[in-house]
Amino acid sequence: MTEGLTKAAARNIFYGGSLFFFLLFTALTAHSHWYMVTKSTDKGGLTESVELGKHVWEENMCINCHSIMGEGAYFAPELANVWERYGGHTNPEGARMAITAWMRAQPTGAPGRRQMPYFDLTDEEMTALIDFLEWTDSIDDQNWPPHPAG
Amino acid sequence: MKYETQKVALPFFAVAMALFALQIVFGLLAATVYVSPHFLAELMPFNIMRVSHTNLLIVWLLIGFMGCTYYLMPEEAEQEIHSPGLAYLQLAIFAFAGAAALVGYQFGIHEGREFLEQPFWIKVLITISYLIFLFNTSMTLLKGRKTAINLVLMLGLWLAAVFWLFAFYNPSNLAVDKLYWWWVVHLWVEGVWELIMASLLGYLLIKMSGVDREVIEKWLYVIVGLSLFSGLLGTGHHYYWIGAPSYWQPIGSIFSTLEVIPFFAMVVFAFYMFWKGSRNHPNKAAMLWALGCPTIAFFGAGVWGFMHTLSFINYYTHGTQLTAAHGHLAFYGAYVMLILGVITYAMPQIRRSQPYNQVLNMWGFWIMTSAMCFMTFTLTFAGVVQTHLQRVLGMNYMQVQSQLDLFFIMRLGTGVAVTIAAVMLIYSFFGPAREQVPASSRPLAATE
Repeated sequence: MTEGLTKAAARNIFYGGSLFFFLLFTALTAHSHWYMVTKSTDKGGLTESVELGKHVWEENMCINCHSIMGEGAYFAPELANVWERYGGHTNPEGARMAITAWMRAQPTGAPGRRQMPYFDLTDEEMTALIDFLEWTDSIDDQNWPPHPAG
Repeated sequence: MKYETQKVALPFFAVAMALFALQIVFGLLAATVYVSPHFLAELMPFNIMRVSHTNLLIVWLLIGFMGCTYYLMPEEAEQEIHSPGLAYLQLAIFAFAGAAALVGYQFGIHEGREFLEQPFWIKVLITISYLIFLFNTSMTLLKGRKTAINLVLMLGLWLAAVFWLFAFYNPSNLAVDKLYWWWVVHLWVEGVWELIMASLLGYLLIKMSGVDREVIEKWLYVIVGLSLFSGLLGTGHHYYWIGAPSYWQPIGSIFSTLEVIPFFAMVVFAFYMFWKGSRNHPNKAAMLWALGCPTIAFFGAGVWGFMHTLSFINYYTHGTQLTAAHGHLAFYGAYVMLILGVITYAMPQIRRSQPYNQVLNMWGFWIMTSAMCFMTFTLTFAGVVQTHLQRVLGMNYMQVQSQLDLFFIMRLGTGVAVTIAAVMLIYSFFGPAREQVPASSRPLAATE
């Protein structure tokens, strides 16, 4: 440190600078919030069922095996685009049936393969969870992930 | 130990180390599942192991920070702790809440937002305990001497409480949920916890190097300034792919690149102070930790963070084993080593048995640090392979994972080494104190 910088000056730069960057960050967050609610997510499609689906997702702690939009555990496949992967864009009914069947068939017991637990979901919860995954797939996330494989 | 109430730190350190041991156990279990997928699949699914592993880390680090604060505050403030009784009370509440959460997880009782899985009433208990802690330490500070060390420390602890409040906000819009989730997760570990880290490190350097306080405190302000200037907008590197505006790509890339600078400054700071320092402190083990902590933090948080922080690289590497590699070394270097270092420094004084099992402690340091570095390398290789196969070639996730077996086996091996080192460290802290010092410092120790 140069002789010119006193402790008091360093302290003032710290407090002032931090406050400046915090205010800037808050403003950008507020704008991002507005952008998410109005532009990048489907506000009209955020139905009660999607909301319930998010709740089912949380209750069963899927995040500690799977990732969603790249965040979570890296033990099981990415699920933000599982709707796309199951062909939901072209055949929504088929994707719905396939995801339901897959979850109902767990654990597979396949040797050497990671096991997904059996989750005892009601039909309503299953529908809601898939609605949530479909809604999540529609978020404008700058075209991530780079490949449908997730 | 100059002040009687500094010994309040002892039960905090003991609880923190017990939880640290448990964290390693759950980490080992999870690493085993990666190698042998059917291991405990019925009894304890992977998500339960993982939530236990990450939550224990957060809880023991927080209890560790509290212990460190109770230890240094009387010396810095030249004032006994406001109320030791309150300290024990808040520890009991915090430890109960942590234990209840952990037991609950085994039975599937949780709220499922990553790292914030604690049920609502446990979040409330944690908040109450933490507020008692802030009251107790702030009262001590208010009555006593205010130094840059304890001011920056308390600022970090207070801001951690403020940002924690976002844990109670769970909007139904997943994108908005993630936007504010990072206000806890990022603003803690890459923001205000760095204030705590830098001030505790500054304290150790003042105590052990003998360098003038004015010099160290000036450095401290510069470093924490750099941390927040880069770290606040650096949050942007989490906003690339969650539905936020695209301007976060340049902002996040630039500011998270700058996040390397405070960590580099901390390395230079620590080594420069020891080089400049006149005193040859008898606790060589604590000096080792004080130098090792910023060094590994620089690599783990700085270099490994930078490795995939630029948005056009992160586009391919986001959410792969590279993230796990960075996460493990960053937490270890910045926070685990810091608290182990403060405990190494404080325990002989609390037990009045200076010097103590230093050689054992130093072996623990080298084994654990090497193992954590090796773990990071194996996960990095796994992440690179995964990125190429899955994100570039588009191979199916589970197929890719089966290509990574060798790395996961090696990772499990490093986990075993970490466990051994942890046993050595805990024994050196709490086991029978022996006058065991490195040969080079023996004559000096004799004159103490």
